[in-house]
Amino acid sequence: MKLITANFLTCAVKGCKASPASFPLHFRDAELELQELDFQPDFIRNIVPRIDWHALQIMANELGFPKILDKKPEGDELKDEQILKELHRLLLETHINEGKLTCGNCGHEYLIKEGIANFLLPSHLV
Amino acid sequence: MEYVIRFAQVHETFRRPEIESLAALAGIDLEILYYDQFSPYCVIRVPTEADARTLIARSILAKDIFELWGQGTNYEEVHADVRRRTQHRWDEFKNVSFRFTIDSFCGKRKIEAKRAIIQSFSYVGFDGPIRMKNPDEDFWVLEDFVSDVEVATRTPGNTHAYSEALEPRKIYLGRWIANSSRNIVSKYDLKKRRYISTTSMDAELSLVTANMAHAAPGRLFYDPFVGTGSFCVAAAHFGALTCGSDIDPRSFKGREKNDKEPMGLFTNFQQYGIESKFMDAFSSDLTNTPLLNRQFLDGIVCDPPYGVREGLRVLGTRDGSGREEVIIDGVPAHYRPGYIPPKKPYGFEAMQNDILAFASRTLVTDGRLCMWMPTSIDEDVELLIPMHPHLEVVSVSVQPFNQWSRRLITYRRLPEGQVSDISKARQKGDSEGISADDLNAFRRKVCHQYTLSYAP
Repeated sequence: MKLITANFLTCAVKGCKASPASFPLHFRDAELELQELDFQPDFIRNIVPRIDWHALQIMANELGFPKILDKKPEGDELKDEQILKELHRLLLETHINEGKLTCGNCGHEYLIKEGIANFLLPSHLV
Repeated sequence: MEYVIRFAQVHETFRRPEIESLAALAGIDLEILYYDQFSPYCVIRVPTEADARTLIARSILAKDIFELWGQGTNYEEVHADVRRRTQHRWDEFKNVSFRFTIDSFCGKRKIEAKRAIIQSFSYVGFDGPIRMKNPDEDFWVLEDFVSDVEVATRTPGNTHAYSEALEPRKIYLGRWIANSSRNIVSKYDLKKRRYISTTSMDAELSLVTANMAHAAPGRLFYDPFVGTGSFCVAAAHFGALTCGSDIDPRSFKGREKNDKEPMGLFTNFQQYGIESKFMDAFSSDLTNTPLLNRQFLDGIVCDPPYGVREGLRVLGTRDGSGREEVIIDGVPAHYRPGYIPPKKPYGFEAMQNDILAFASRTLVTDGRLCMWMPTSIDEDVELLIPMHPHLEVVSVSVQPFNQWSRRLITYRRLPEGQVSDISKARQKGDSEGISADDLNAFRRKVCHQYTLSYAP
């Protein structure tokens, strides 16, 4: 699972969606891997405006990354190749191979195994 | 300028929507001057030759595009039209190498007749060398004969008695401009793909779907019923980053996958060298999706389970039991390895409504949803198109089979403040049913028909 995907995910339990505590989900026991990919600046430029920057900061912090930019890059900053490359690495090349994502509202844990997160809920949570 | 598109004579109801989608994607002002489902030739107007090239470059159902030099219902008319349209340009072509080719759709010409037709254009006065390989300019005489299929469709019972020995109904002279992407269909052929299943969508229609949905570089696409990833691969081919999920993770992982082997779906991305266009795959159920209610997707492409070959299921239990958490040896059962969450049958219409509601919440403005759905041949077509106030129906295309057909419906997310007319939409809730047949009118119909036709 990539960090960019995690930025669009919240708790699958319907009742949690309305609670601010359910987003972002929190990484626990995460094993990371760096997988190099072709640099895709167009995609980064297109997707950054849709990223929740505060959530990204929290997640990057939980995963032990050095502090990322305080403010979401905008305008000319999105033409800066260095900024785009760093975001490409963080959002697309960082994989969470094993670990858990937990909901800050209900505490449910979603397991990540071999890079695949499982959001299927047991029947008592549907 | 006017151009002739030469289509493949397949998937007729997808051809026009595909070209219109590509025009919309590239922002080209397209006017379709002539289109007939029974003819491979379509006459269009676009502002420039560069637009014509852009328009055709990604098309799967078109073969190529020609600058229109003349058209008519007989050669006299064609020659007159060629003179009128192009006489002032003949000098430009005086010394270039060139070639003439005749393409007769559903017609045959003897070699002498072909030669005579080509000679009849000699008044253009080209003095350059004739080159059969890589000429500078490539001229095509396109002859459109009435096909047997058309005769049989338009006048049932009359098979081919009348189509033989007839002259073409329409003739075009075109200057070849550019080829389409039709040649990539064989590259993505399922027979040559590493990881597929019985319900994988074929390469041609997956690629057409990606065109209709405006997959393009820099965009984010999602398939909520990803399976073996046919749509993701097609959207990735056109440059989009793709993400998929499925209620059955075995479908994208691979049923017999060993640990450490890459997941099945990803091996397809590896095969085509588009690994960097793969974003993620995860296990989830669209009805209980973990994706945020935020407009972040450029496109959603899906072929939801019909409930015929694949059972239609969402999370939950059939009788409403299982409300209590189960603890085994002090560990909640759902955290133990090998736990499989219970699933219950779900309604076909309820599923479609969930997809539309999800799309309206997550698509960016002008983002597109392409959804396949099956219909029984004799059902009333208009009533069956699921609708949503925030989604405009862009096109509906039909692929007919023997007892049923499937449709590709393309929607566009409207800007906030605009709503589409949904008065024709079906007004029926069905999430309360229990058995698969109760919930699924399509399944009921198909299974019933087959029972009748196979009864001893």
